[in-house]
Amino acid sequence: MTAGTVIVGTGHAGYTLAREYRKLAPDAPLTLISSDDGAAYYKPNLSKAFADGKDADGLVMKSAEAQAEALSATVLAGARVTSIDRQSQSLTTDADRISYDKLVLAVGASQRECPVEGDGVGSILHVNDLAQYRRFRSWLTGKKRVVILGAGLIGSEFANDLGANGFEVTLIDPLGWPLGRLVPEPVGVAIGNALQDLGVHLGMRQTATAVNHSDDGFAVTTSHGATIHADVVLSAIGLVPNTQVASEAGLNCGRGIQVDATLQTNDPNIFALGDCAELPGGQVLPYVLPITHSARALAKTLAGEAMPLALPAMPVIVKTPACPTVVCPPATSEGAWRVEGDSPNFEAVFEGADGAPLGFALCGDKLARRGELAKSMPPLLA
Amino acid sequence: MSDNNKRWECLVCGLIYDEAEGWPDDGIAPGTAWADVPDDWTCPDCGAGKSDFEMIQIG
Repeated sequence: MTAGTVIVGTGHAGYTLAREYRKLAPDAPLTLISSDDGAAYYKPNLSKAFADGKDADGLVMKSAEAQAEALSATVLAGARVTSIDRQSQSLTTDADRISYDKLVLAVGASQRECPVEGDGVGSILHVNDLAQYRRFRSWLTGKKRVVILGAGLIGSEFANDLGANGFEVTLIDPLGWPLGRLVPEPVGVAIGNALQDLGVHLGMRQTATAVNHSDDGFAVTTSHGATIHADVVLSAIGLVPNTQVASEAGLNCGRGIQVDATLQTNDPNIFALGDCAELPGGQVLPYVLPITHSARALAKTLAGEAMPLALPAMPVIVKTPACPTVVCPPATSEGAWRVEGDSPNFEAVFEGADGAPLGFALCGDKLARRGELAKSMPPLLA
Repeated sequence: MSDNNKRWECLVCGLIYDEAEGWPDDGIAPGTAWADVPDDWTCPDCGAGKSDFEMIQIG
């Protein structure tokens, strides 16, 4: 028996690839390695779990055992890959040595560490996987006050979910409005207003400078000199691709693990996809739909038919039901937003110097324009 | 009462396709039975294919 295909990671990227590969190669040996318990869950659902009435266990779609059976695959849970030996085509976990014919790294990303001072820094929570979410929920039990650092997609979504479900939320961000990197001011202000209507306090144009333990929780100091008291501090200031094991194995890494259009690294037997991968052109696309498309293409390549990845424009649904929003972020900052509508209903199109549409943001009753606008956008990856 | 009142759940992300509601954003009219949803339709949330949906019982 051959060593077959080994996928490291059982997030959306790893499991979607396994599922798509199985459709094409029903009998090929397939192993998945997970550093957590291997349960399948859908990460975007973490930031709307209160609205869905779910706790961490309720978010599990399938256990590792059920996934192994459905995929006719071996799922090694609780195994962290520590090194890759490309010469012998094998990898080492803390417990095992595993051979591969083809290796796929779907190892995700980690939350960026928050550059703040204070004796409470070690207690700042991140939520980028189910285990972290479980911890977050246990800390919230019986508590009310949450400070969220970062008003990007994840921070704004959590602010909406917590604010709408009885928590006192303060949302802090250095930019002028929520989703400041993705939407123009009128759209961001509309989202901010909707969050405020839920009782969320907005601390825009400031950063947290210190997090210290206090008598009844934490004291968060901001660059405005304010002190905000909190029971839980959640950091959502962005993701950094997990590249360490790849880099130590001599795989080319930049922002992420660098791959070509077939998602192949500089080793012809090793591939990468998902949040850890840097696509041609230097793009890292930590969104679900590009990952689903990537997994489909890579499944074909692994099954023997090299399939270069092409990605159309793929709008991202922002899970802020207080102000329904869809964004299709432009790949460049060269250009300007053209905004039409009245709050809270906006259609904003980002246009390049030549007037060509490069991205858009929609909120309120303009969401229906999504399909039509998406057709006029440049592809994410041609 | 229409027969097209079944609900289908995406096993990847949990999105529900309700036959009574269809999916107008993708041009699928209310009342469209699952069997009549185009085979190349994908989950609007996670991109999974039709084969990754399963019928769920209504309470």
